[in-house]
Amino acid sequence: MEAKTLFDKIWDSHVVKEVEGGPSVLYIDQHLIHEVTSPVAFLGLEKRGAKVLRPEKTVATPDHNVPTINQHLSIKDEMSRNQVEMLKRNCQTHGIVCHGLGSEGHGVVHIIGPEMGITQPGMTIVCGDSHTSTHGAFGAIAFGIGTSEVEMVLASQCIMQPKPKKMLISVNGNLNKGVTAKDIALYVIAQISTSGGTGYFVEFAGTAIESLSMEGRMTLCNMSIECGARGGMIAPDQTTFDYVKGRQFAPKGEDWDKALAYWKTLKSDVGVSYDTVYTYDAADIEPMITFGTNPGMGIGITHNIPNSNKLSGSDKLTYEKSLKYMGYSEGDQMVGKQIDYVFVGSCTNGRIEDFRNFAAFVKGKQKAANVTAWIVPGSRAVEKQIIAEGLVEILEAAGFELRQPGCSACLAMNDDKIPEGKYSVSTSNRNFEGRQGPGARTLLASPLTAAAAAIMGRITDPRDFLD
Amino acid sequence: MAYDKFTTLTSQAVPLPIENIDTDQIIPARFLKAVERKGFGDNLFRDWRYDKSNLPIADFPLNQSKYSGKILVGGKNFGSGSSREHAAWAIYDYGFRVVVSSFFADIFQGNALNNGILPVVVSPEFLEKIFAAIEADQNTLFEVDLQKQKFTICITGESTGFNINPYKKHCMTHGLDDIDYLLSMKEEIAAFEKK
Repeated sequence: MEAKTLFDKIWDSHVVKEVEGGPSVLYIDQHLIHEVTSPVAFLGLEKRGAKVLRPEKTVATPDHNVPTINQHLSIKDEMSRNQVEMLKRNCQTHGIVCHGLGSEGHGVVHIIGPEMGITQPGMTIVCGDSHTSTHGAFGAIAFGIGTSEVEMVLASQCIMQPKPKKMLISVNGNLNKGVTAKDIALYVIAQISTSGGTGYFVEFAGTAIESLSMEGRMTLCNMSIECGARGGMIAPDQTTFDYVKGRQFAPKGEDWDKALAYWKTLKSDVGVSYDTVYTYDAADIEPMITFGTNPGMGIGITHNIPNSNKLSGSDKLTYEKSLKYMGYSEGDQMVGKQIDYVFVGSCTNGRIEDFRNFAAFVKGKQKAANVTAWIVPGSRAVEKQIIAEGLVEILEAAGFELRQPGCSACLAMNDDKIPEGKYSVSTSNRNFEGRQGPGARTLLASPLTAAAAAIMGRITDPRDFLD
Repeated sequence: MAYDKFTTLTSQAVPLPIENIDTDQIIPARFLKAVERKGFGDNLFRDWRYDKSNLPIADFPLNQSKYSGKILVGGKNFGSGSSREHAAWAIYDYGFRVVVSSFFADIFQGNALNNGILPVVVSPEFLEKIFAAIEADQNTLFEVDLQKQKFTICITGESTGFNINPYKKHCMTHGLDDIDYLLSMKEEIAAFEKK
């Protein structure tokens, strides 16, 4: 039999039809929708007089555009409120389950899917959001789509996609103290750039990847879109099975045994080839921080901002434009730079492990007076667990306040906007110009590095505080 | 969403010689609150086009009257970042039908094709030639021929081929979209589900 990659195995089993000279018609097992990229898809569907083909295979939640305080009150911003209500109405009309604001199941779409057991190995999963790649952590093919494609999935449970090329990224060895999945992600993107993965689907492997928890794996796969790849995935193993087992929508009893037997086959065959392979040594990875305006502009926290000597033409101009926006200069040391805001949350780092790491770091310390911190759980379930584990008391004693779930300052569609010119150490995924608010300056980092910055009021190597 | 058929286009072009133009720049998140697909062109490149007081920033190419046309030419890695199709809607609504770059992000490229915008990939060297031609004369014309898959700098006659998969070419030429195609596949999809 022909050797296949994990990606091939799942992709090939979901192809309904190959279109001559065109894309594959791919069957979608699970569709996730939110309030921002779905309304026009429902409008399109209604204009065609089409129905949602499999409403039970779509799950909805409003996350991008919701406030993270006073969620029991009506949303103040009229357009935001309208969009959230429109999602609810569309779901009611078409028989789709919607985990509304304030409900037990509410949260960021890429957080609630896994925690409810909706996300499972071997699935094809899409959502009108580029960070759908998160779900690849379970050994699923998961990727972001546009609104036209949301309409396709609603109408036909299928999507038309050209098959991407295959990339293997191996990270081997033990991770250094203070280095997390977020640092692996920022390191890899800095190595291959924000377009290095374009046209590819990435499989992450190697001992350092296997050692990650499911939360860590989700963080890494989440960021795979930031190197340009459609998605990233990790072969399911015992860590995956233990995470999925017992969750609300996970298979039970005999179904579980059957599913497990199949999931255990989901790994790349020995000797299979990839179009591109990168191999890294975990020992080379430090806690990372970004200094520019795309996620590829990251360095080890103790390094200085690289100079542009080696660049020329539009590369050089783009680099200089980026540093100018950030208010930084070539050769600057990152450690010691003053910051104003800290954001912990998002589909990248809004899971329980992230808040455990943050809380463990700030325990017994005090937030710096010059820092405004927004601590935003990824879901109601994460919020409840933070409370149950007693992390709220630790956070409050250190001067931090827990907000309510949502995408929040990751993309600043709601009121959680970083003011113009201010520096924000953010656990989110994008440091584009204006991403966290017009004129805001974003420094991407792990929850641990964000904690160190929040306590010291300036960029700080978290390892200085770790035993 | 139905859109205009695309065959050939001869037009001036607007240069944006910046790399990694992400979809947050094309249309910032705060303008994604609409529930209908209209009016996004007004906010295309909003924060590069207008200052805090909503006054046009003079040196941004879209604000310079010397530049016009239905072709937008951007630096490499155009459309990276968010999957928001609003980026394609804003570009179309503003009046562009072709975006030229040496490299496009995957999701943006798909969204463009689904909305009647032709993404034309040219070599980095040819991209520099296009920028140089516009700099020499902002009224210079370019011809995009979808049938022949050819992009020409009219004044010099220099041309380059570009790729598009045959299915998408057929869709663009006839103004068809994937949803029509998928809706015609109901029986095959039902048969697949039974497997």
